Amino acid sequence: MREPDAHDAHDAHGTAPAGAAVHPPHLAHHFKTLEQQSESVAFGVWLFLATEIMFFGGLIMAYILYRIWYPHDFAAGSHLLDIRMGATNTVVLITSSVTMAMAVWAAQVGRARTQVVYLVLTILLGSTFLGIKAIEYTHKWHEHVVPGPHFAWHGPDAPHVRMFFNLYFTMTGLHALHMIVGIGLVAALIPKCWKGRFGPDYNHPVEGTGLYWHFVDIVWIFLFPLLYLIGRH
Amino acid sequence: MNAHAGSHESAAAAGAAPAAGAAPDYLNDGYGIKSWLLTRDHKRIAILYMFSVTFFFFLGGLMAVLIRLELVTPQGDLVQPDMYNRLFTMHGILMIFFFLIPGIPAVLGNFLIPMMIGAKDLAFPRLNLASWYIFSLGGLFTLWSVLHGGVDTGWTFYTPFSTTFSNTYVVTTALGIFIAGFASIFTGLNFIVTIHRMRAPGLTWFRLPLFVWAHYATSIIQVLGTPVIAVTILMVALERVFHIGVFDPAQGGDPILFQHLFWFYSHPAVYIMILPAMGVVSEIVAAFARKRIFGYRFVAYASVGIAVLGFLVWGHHMFTTGQSAYAATIFSVLSMLVAVPSAVKVFNWTATLYKGSISWETPMLYALGFIGLFTIGGLTGVMLATLGIDIHVHDTYFVVAHFHYIMVGGAIMGYLGGLHYWWPKMTGKLYPAFWSKVSALVIFIGFNLTFFPQFILGYLGMPRRYHSYPPEFQVLNVMSSAGATVLGVGYLIPMIYFTWSLRYGRRCAPNPWGAVGLEWQTASPPITQNFAVEPVVTTEAYDYSAERVRAAQEAGRA
Amino acid sequence: MFRTDFPLFPEQASTLAKEVDSVFLFGLGVAVVFSLLIAALILFFAVRYRRRAEGDVGQPGHAPAVLEIVWSVVPLCILLFMFAWGARVFFHASRPPADAEEFFVVGRQWMWKFQHPEGHREINELHVPVGRPIKLTMTSEDVIHALYIPAFRIKQDVIPGTYTTTWFTATKPGVYKLFCAEYCGAEHSLMSGRIIVQQPQEYEQWLYGAKGQQGMSLTGAQLFDARACNTCHRPDSDARAPYLQGLFGRQVALLGGKTARADEDYLRESILMPASKVVAGYQPIMPTFKGQLTEQDVLELITYIKSLGSAGQAPAGREAAGGAAPGGKGR
Repeated sequence: MREPDAHDAHDAHGTAPAGAAVHPPHLAHHFKTLEQQSESVAFGVWLFLATEIMFFGGLIMAYILYRIWYPHDFAAGSHLLDIRMGATNTVVLITSSVTMAMAVWAAQVGRARTQVVYLVLTILLGSTFLGIKAIEYTHKWHEHVVPGPHFAWHGPDAPHVRMFFNLYFTMTGLHALHMIVGIGLVAALIPKCWKGRFGPDYNHPVEGTGLYWHFVDIVWIFLFPLLYLIGRH
Repeated sequence: MNAHAGSHESAAAAGAAPAAGAAPDYLNDGYGIKSWLLTRDHKRIAILYMFSVTFFFFLGGLMAVLIRLELVTPQGDLVQPDMYNRLFTMHGILMIFFFLIPGIPAVLGNFLIPMMIGAKDLAFPRLNLASWYIFSLGGLFTLWSVLHGGVDTGWTFYTPFSTTFSNTYVVTTALGIFIAGFASIFTGLNFIVTIHRMRAPGLTWFRLPLFVWAHYATSIIQVLGTPVIAVTILMVALERVFHIGVFDPAQGGDPILFQHLFWFYSHPAVYIMILPAMGVVSEIVAAFARKRIFGYRFVAYASVGIAVLGFLVWGHHMFTTGQSAYAATIFSVLSMLVAVPSAVKVFNWTATLYKGSISWETPMLYALGFIGLFTIGGLTGVMLATLGIDIHVHDTYFVVAHFHYIMVGGAIMGYLGGLHYWWPKMTGKLYPAFWSKVSALVIFIGFNLTFFPQFILGYLGMPRRYHSYPPEFQVLNVMSSAGATVLGVGYLIPMIYFTWSLRYGRRCAPNPWGAVGLEWQTASPPITQNFAVEPVVTTEAYDYSAERVRAAQEAGRA
Repeated sequence: MFRTDFPLFPEQASTLAKEVDSVFLFGLGVAVVFSLLIAALILFFAVRYRRRAEGDVGQPGHAPAVLEIVWSVVPLCILLFMFAWGARVFFHASRPPADAEEFFVVGRQWMWKFQHPEGHREINELHVPVGRPIKLTMTSEDVIHALYIPAFRIKQDVIPGTYTTTWFTATKPGVYKLFCAEYCGAEHSLMSGRIIVQQPQEYEQWLYGAKGQQGMSLTGAQLFDARACNTCHRPDSDARAPYLQGLFGRQVALLGGKTARADEDYLRESILMPASKVVAGYQPIMPTFKGQLTEQDVLELITYIKSLGSAGQAPAGREAAGGAAPGGKGR
C-alpha cells in the first residue's frame, strides 16, 4: 500500500552531468555511488517500517487496554477463534519468511531462476495464509460474530464480546491488507528477476521488499498470541 | 554558514555565473504543465507545495474572518450555530493539517535541505512527488467535505461526539487527514534519509545549518507520530461506518482513550509546526547579524530534545478529564521540561545579536518578531502546564491565545520570514523592500491586537468554541476582531508584492544578502542539479568572517 | 451598545479561587518579566549593534558552557517551583473534603440537570449554601461536556459512561455563571446556567419551600423494590445475589480471583453491565439494566446503596465475610 519507493533509485532517468562519464545504469542521477544508493533505500525502508510499528502500535495499545478491562469477555470471544487455523497460518507465514529470505540471498548472488522460484513460493504461501484467513472469516460469519446487524451473542455481556470481535477484525483485516500489498510487491519483482536484473551490486528492491515481508510476518507473530491464546494453557 | 575552501571558490563562481552553455536554472529546465506535474526536482515540488499550502492558508483565513465577524456581537447573529461550528472546525483542520504541518517542511525544507547539504536532490525524488499528489488527494477529500457542508466536530474530533452524534461529513474529512498524513510521513522519511546519507564531503553533523537540524528533529516526529493519528482517525471512521464501539461508551468503549491516542500525535504535531520555524529563525538571525549562532550545539541539541520530550507530554491536554492526579503530575512536570530547550533557543538567539552586525532587512524583522511572540507563547504555555492554573483556563480563550501565539506568531512569522529570506533564491527576483517592511510591521501589530485580548478573555472565563457569549466579553472581542482585520490586510500585502515581483521584480544577484550558507553558493535561481561542481565543506556553519562575507558578496555580484 | 464596565479580572467566589489566582499571578509575573527582558535585549542589541558599513561582520564570540548551564538551570528551577505550586493547588482542587455534601450532575445536549442530596432537582440552575464544601458527582447522557464555573476557578469534564467529581466551597453569596467548556455540538454556547450561592438559612428556606421532593436515597429505595432487585439481593442464605448492606467502598472478591473496590463506577457498571464483574460465589444471572434506567435512576440507586452503610461505617466483623453477602436485618 505505502511501500516507500524502493524502485525509485532504480530509475536512472534525468540528466546525468556531462562530467560523470561512468554512471552505472542502476544508479539514479542524484546518488554518487551504488553503495550510497542502496544504503539510502535500506534506511528508507527501515524508517517506513518504524512508521508501521507505530501504526499497529496504536491499535495494539487499544486492544491491550480493553483486554485488561474486560478479561472474561475477551477470553470468551477468543475461545471462539479456531486455534488450529491460527497456528497453521503462523507456520505458513514463518515458512514464507524463509522463502523470502532465500529470494533475497538469490538476488545477492545473482541467480535469476532461483529468485523467481523462491518469490513464487513466497506468493503461494502468502496466498495460502489469506485463503485460510478467508475460511476463518466465513466461519465467523456463520457464527454471527462479525460486527454489524448480523452480530448475535447469547452470553451475558454482548457489548464487550462484540468489541473483541471488532478489534479482531480491524487488526487482522489491516494485517491482511498489508499481506495483499506484500504479495503485490513480490509479484512486481518477478519480471525483473526473470530478466536477471538483480545481482551482487544491485539488489535493493528485493532486499527492501523482503524487509517489508518480514515485518508483516512479525506483526502476525504478535497478533496470534494476543488474539488467539487468551487464557489458554 | 558552511564554507568551503579551495575548490569552493571555483564552485561558487561556477554556480554564480550562469555562463552561456551551462545548464539552465530549474525554472527554465523544461516548460509547460507536464514539466511541472511530472517533475522530480525537489525545487519544483517545493513550488507545487507552495501553491497548495497558500491556497489552504487563504481558505482557512477566510473562515477565520467569518469567525471573527460573528464574534463582534455577543448574540450569534451572523451565522447559525451549526455554521459557526463548521467554520471553526474547518479553520482548524485546514490551517493545521493543510497549512502549518506541511508549510515550512514541504516548501522551504524541500527546496533548501538538499542545497544546504550540497546534494543534487532528496534521496527519493519520486516519493517526494508522490507525497505532493497524496497531499493534494487528501486536500481534495477535505475540500469535497467543505463544499458539501463541512464537519462540526472541532479539529480534535473528540469522541463520542464525532463518532455517534455529529451528522456532518466526518468520514470524508477524516479520510482526507488520513491521506494527507502519509504525505507528511513521506516528507519526513525522505528528509531523514537525505540528511543521513547525502551530505557533501566534509559536512559533518555539527557543521550542518540549524535549519537542517530543526528539520531532522521535525522529521522524527512526522515519521513516528503521524501513523498513530492515522490509525486513530481510521478507528473513528470505522466506528462511524461499522460501529466498532472502541470509543463509544454506550458499547463499553472509552472516549478518553481517543484523546490519549489523538494527543500522542497532536501534541508532537505542534512541534512539527514550530521546530522548522525555529530553524528558519536561526538561519535569518545568523545571516543578518553576520555572526555564528551563539551556542550552536545547544541549539541543535535543543531541537532534538524538544522532539523527543514532545512525545511524553500529551496528557497535559487532558488535565480536566479526571485522569489520575499522579498521571497529571507527571505530565505537568514533563511539560515543564520541554520549556527548557525552548528557553535555551530564545536566549541563544538573543545572545547572537550581541556584538553582531545587525541589518534591519525584512527577513530579520520577521525573525525578531518571531522571537518576541514565541517567548510570549512559550511562557503562557508554561502557565497552562501548571496544573493549578490549567483547571481554570483549560478550554478557554487563554488556550486559544496561547496556541495562536505559537502557531501564528511563531510558525507563520517563521514561514513568512523564510519566504522573504529565500525568495530571491527561489525566484531570482527581488520584492519591494519598503512594502515588505510595512507588511512585517502590520502583521506584528495586527497579530498582537487580535490575540492579546484573548488572554484576558480566557482568564475572565470565556470558553472557546462559543458561538454566542455573555455581553461583558464584548469589548475585548471587538478589539480582537478589529485586530484580525489588520492582520488580514497584513497577510494580503506580501501576497500582492510576491506575485508582483515574479513579473516585475528586479533580477537579483545570486547572493543579495551576503550570506555564507551553502545554498547561497550557487546561482539564484539554482540549476536543476543545484551545484555545477559538488561542494566540499571545510569550515563550521555560519562562518561570517570578513573575508568570507566579502567573497560571498563579490561572487554574488558577479 | 457596548458594556464599558467590563472586568479585567474574574470575581473570586470560592476558597479555591484565591489559590488559583496566586499561582496564576506568579506565572504571569514570570511571563511578563521574561518577555520584557527578551524584548528589551532584542531592541537594545538591534539598535546598538546595527550594521554601519556594508562589509561589517559580527564579532565572533564563544559560548561559554557556564552561560548555557546558567540559562538552562535558572529557568528550570523557576519552572519546577511553578510546577510544585500548581500541583499542590491541583491536588487540593481534585480531592473533596470528607465532609462535603454530595450533589449530582447529569449533563446532556444541551442542559445541566442537578440534584440535591435531599432530592430536589434543578435544571441549568443550582442553589448552594455559602461556606459549606459541596462535592459534585457528574456524568453525561450523551457526549463529553465540561462543567466550568469561572468565579470558583473549577472545571471538570463530564464524561458519558463514568463518574467524575469536583468540589468547591463558595465564599460569598451571589449569582455566578456556569458554562459548558467542552465543545458538545450545535448549542454548546447555550449550555450555560447559574450557580446561586445563598446564606445557609436562606438556602434551607429555599430547599424546604420546594414541595413534593423526597430524598434521593428514598427514591432509590423505591426503585430498588420496583425493579425487583430485592428478590435476589436479600439477606437470607438462599439469596442468588450478594446482599448490599455495607458494600460501598469495600474491596469485593470477583469471579476469577480479582478484586474490585465498590465505588460509584463499580456500582454503575454492575447495574448496567452486570456480567463484567461478577462477585465470587455467584452466577452471572443478573439481567442488564442498560437502556431501562436513566442516568438519574442509576444515581438514585447508587445513593440508596450508599445509604446502606459503607466500608468505613459498617459494623465490625462484616468485612470478614470477604465479599459474600453478610446476614443481618432486612430493609
